[in-house]
Amino acid sequence: MIEVKDLKKSFGDTQILKGITTSFEKGKTNLVIGQSGSGKTVFLKCLLGLFEYESGSISYEGKNFSKLSRDEKTNLRSEMGMVFQGSALFDSMTIAENVMFPLRMFTKQSKSEMEDRVNEVLKRVNLDDAHKKMPSEASGGMQKRVAIARAIVNRPKYLFCDEPNSGLDPKTAIVIDNLIQEITDEFNITTVVNTHDMNSVMEIGEKIVFLKNGLLEWEGSSETIFRTDNEAVTNFVYSSELFRKVRKMYLEESE
Amino acid sequence: MTYLHNIGTYFIMIKDIFRRPTKWSVMKPLILKDIDDLIIGSLGIVAFISFFVGGVVAIQTSLNMTSPLMPKSLVGFATRQSIILEFAPTFISIIMAGKVGSFITSSIGTMRVTEQIDALEVMGINAINYLVFPKFIALTLYPFVISIAMFLGILGGLMACVYGGYGTMEDYVEGVQMDFIPFHFFYAFIKTFVFAFLLATIPSYYGYFMKGGALEVGKASTTSFVWTSVMIILVNFLLTSLLLG
Repeated sequence: MIEVKDLKKSFGDTQILKGITTSFEKGKTNLVIGQSGSGKTVFLKCLLGLFEYESGSISYEGKNFSKLSRDEKTNLRSEMGMVFQGSALFDSMTIAENVMFPLRMFTKQSKSEMEDRVNEVLKRVNLDDAHKKMPSEASGGMQKRVAIARAIVNRPKYLFCDEPNSGLDPKTAIVIDNLIQEITDEFNITTVVNTHDMNSVMEIGEKIVFLKNGLLEWEGSSETIFRTDNEAVTNFVYSSELFRKVRKMYLEESE
Repeated sequence: MTYLHNIGTYFIMIKDIFRRPTKWSVMKPLILKDIDDLIIGSLGIVAFISFFVGGVVAIQTSLNMTSPLMPKSLVGFATRQSIILEFAPTFISIIMAGKVGSFITSSIGTMRVTEQIDALEVMGINAINYLVFPKFIALTLYPFVISIAMFLGILGGLMACVYGGYGTMEDYVEGVQMDFIPFHFFYAFIKTFVFAFLLATIPSYYGYFMKGGALEVGKASTTSFVWTSVMIILVNFLLTSLLLG
């Protein structure tokens, strides 16, 4: 479980996060949504410890991240997997080498054990024939799946994804969404996904946190988001005619 | 204030190069790759420039020796001194600041732009050690490059002198051997080691701490070249004053 209390972060005179308090439960797919510039990526990078925050706290299983020693932070980070917006694959390595990288860094497994694990994980993300390809030879959807494979190869306790289906076609985006949810359930991990893709919100949002101008405006689930009358949420989520119709149908069916 | 901040960050980075080392099994191939990229990959251009600049130094010296009282062996002597004391260690280093330095800055900078460095940090890896330490170790072989530059520079001078008709081989070789001071080699290689350190760390600093996108990678490479060259010239002056002054 990840608990965030009154998190504040500024860049110069601009305050990006203005005091966010929320929690993300184990075994759930938690979504952070909001318009571009609402502070989603900064929030995620604070969770990962890539940005230092001015005040507030972030606790992993009750341990305050900012009070951990450098070694404790390193150990905690080895339990995290991250899927970056642009995949962030190491372009000098093949796909298999990218996935094997965390194992080489943090485990004492033999080469054959590592290869077996890489095969297993690449098969899990439906990429069992792409081992020798370079990241530049892979499509956007493949790169995202490799990034997911690299993030889960070392059996993390926490999985973070920053807009995992941005730039992907709708079909591939759904594949990625489903994969994230399946992995969360299968390994019982805490998953936090930054997104502004409304399909993801409807499909996999077990908990949804809505940020607006650096503040937590609303939180709920993919079911309660249909019923909310929070103006900021409805303006954002139901900005398209299609989603307004989906909402109307959902509400009519549930009545 | 910005300069002070940058200098402070640079020294903190240097400390971090040696902190929390990456596993040897991972580090070894990185070092070998950097030796290939930074040392072996530079031999061609260094050899080409050294040979022809050595030739030019010999020709220029010969053409400026107008007095018949000056011995012909002075061409070899002047070429040797120029090459060993300044040309090979200092000017080859400035050329390397352009070739190797911009390669280091742009490769690390691109990793920063594409979030590959963030990916390393999220995994709990000391990204500075992972990225900069192999370059630092690879560049400890830099004196090898400079030795080749010295040899080829003097050889280029000999070829230009003999085949250009500026003097005989005997005169040139006599000049090269004349008043040889072994400490000059020591001085040249001390400079080389210090320049190697600057060549590994300053471009890495500009790549690692760059912000922005592709355009900024280009700007960072240019800034890195300028500052590496400036530091080489300043440190060269300092070391020359200390060791020869």
